[in-house]
Amino acid sequence: MSVELRDLSKSFGGVAALNRVSLTIAQGEFLALLGPSGSGKTTLLRVVAGLDFVDSGDITVDGRSMQSVPARERSVGFVFQHYALFRHMTVMRNVAFGLAVQPRNRRPPAREVRARVQSLLDFMEIGDLAHRYPEQISGGQRQRVALARALAIEPRLLLLDEPFGALDAKVRKSLRVWLRALHDRMGLTSIFVTHDQAEAMEMADRVAVLRAGRVEQVDAPARLYAEPASAFVHEFIGESVRFDCIVSDGLARIEGLPNVQIPTTCPAGQAVALIRLHEIGLLPGPGPARVESRHLVGPMCRTVVALNDDVFDVLATEAAWAPAPGQTCNLDLSRARIYRSEPNWDS
Amino acid sequence: MNLSATQESPAVRVGLTALTVVLLVTLLLLPLAVVFTEALKHGLAIAADALVAPDAIAAIELTLIVAAISVPLNTVCGLAAAWCIVRFRFSGRGLLITLIELPFSVSPVISGLVWILLFGANGWFGPAFDRAGIRVIFAIPGLVLATTFVTFPFVVRTLIPLMEQQGASEEEAALTLGATGWQTFWRVTLPNIRWGLLYGVLLCNARAMGEFGAVAVVSGHVRGQTMTMPLQVEALFNDYDWVGAFTIAGLLSMLALLTLVVKAALEWRIGSRGGPLL
Repeated sequence: MSVELRDLSKSFGGVAALNRVSLTIAQGEFLALLGPSGSGKTTLLRVVAGLDFVDSGDITVDGRSMQSVPARERSVGFVFQHYALFRHMTVMRNVAFGLAVQPRNRRPPAREVRARVQSLLDFMEIGDLAHRYPEQISGGQRQRVALARALAIEPRLLLLDEPFGALDAKVRKSLRVWLRALHDRMGLTSIFVTHDQAEAMEMADRVAVLRAGRVEQVDAPARLYAEPASAFVHEFIGESVRFDCIVSDGLARIEGLPNVQIPTTCPAGQAVALIRLHEIGLLPGPGPARVESRHLVGPMCRTVVALNDDVFDVLATEAAWAPAPGQTCNLDLSRARIYRSEPNWDS
Repeated sequence: MNLSATQESPAVRVGLTALTVVLLVTLLLLPLAVVFTEALKHGLAIAADALVAPDAIAAIELTLIVAAISVPLNTVCGLAAAWCIVRFRFSGRGLLITLIELPFSVSPVISGLVWILLFGANGWFGPAFDRAGIRVIFAIPGLVLATTFVTFPFVVRTLIPLMEQQGASEEEAALTLGATGWQTFWRVTLPNIRWGLLYGVLLCNARAMGEFGAVAVVSGHVRGQTMTMPLQVEALFNDYDWVGAFTIAGLLSMLALLTLVVKAALEWRIGSRGGPLL
């Protein structure tokens, strides 16, 4: 089951929630929509489910346009952020709901529904909760009930909106692994929304980074980290240090660091240099940077460095050379990536 | 003695409590006691006779008919209005919310008078209805219109905060699971708001049966025909038929007490389910 989103645009009262979003999700893929709040990721998910409608663009599932297909006929499993379990129904009836509302000629007999739901609950390891009400079970259990309910209709596509948002850190970690395994075992195609980059990087086959209704980059987690397509993605995924720089003659120069010249294809003018903490090299001084302090954290050494008015961390292995606190040193920023600065990005 | 900042001295506490009790007794309990003592002053048999007098029975029947039409009407319309206000964003929505409360803020006499101006002999639509042979004013339709208008806010006002607090996500979940709009309403929306709805209907009913002002204007006071219970009480009182007046008043009071009991039970029920009261 493959999904193709083409040029989706939608605005709420003049503000663009989706701005020409195009994405393709392959059969069996686990795609994460990652972005800060207000980036349009939940809107995108709701549009795919048929709960919201785009102003322009098209959604096709296996080549068939979904524009005129109402939500209830899309056969899409949706797991809501706060689960949206039916509070007046038991777990069993919650999960059976999708089967119970089918037209009479397609609805399986009650006995079969019960058996199917029970085996699904057992599969989800919540078989003994069948007769409890949502308010009587824990957050992690509700999460599993919500998933079971969405899966009971044997959806072609599973959509998850911040599925772990309301859970505590420990439950969240174990559910991540469990959910990814479930996706693989059941051969699902899934899209899930998160603002937590660690979650997206750990679970997804590919991550789509959204910002202000636009897709900034879609890539496998490792590539996303290694080759961020924009300054925004660089700073959103993993820790980085930012320097303002000026590009001329194909070289980026950073203010206050006359020795640093980084080759770039960026057009001349204002730009930003972004570099990961572990990519910064410390060279013996005297130089413009001053070491404030050093701490050993496991096998890594974290050095706090001050440059002009900025203070940032540098990560290195324990064995690497590093100056003592109070000393000055030079910086090796040759691994920095140069991006055009985007002063008026939002306008 | 140690007093915390929010604690008053014993004298103030006793004084305030006493004042409250005195007010409660004089304003609430005393009138209630008067109603029942006056009704039963000459014995149960006389009171029972007053209750089965033809005019009394007609008044009770009319009250029940009017309530039986206007309460279901307000339940359905109230549900629809609350749904529309909570689930959709449209221009004029704020105005609509304010307008819904109009019947509460306007004097009941005016609530009756508008129907005379619309459907009376010289009203906007009165002559047309007259020619068609339909009597609105001084007949059941007028009583129903006035009562429905006055009691409209009860159901809506109870449902709006409840539905707003519950949100639309359960309904959306039902849709993604393949339910039709109708199935979603019966299986998800209605069960979620049933106690709140019942609460609103109960208050609506109490007011529908007890309404005086608006109904008095459109009734025409034809004994045995267009007199509801509250109007009958006034008429009997003016006739110096104290037992008759207070017997019907007692019946209305019993309805009020019953309403209070059911209301308390509903509040306890809604409260224990973690939902809001109002």
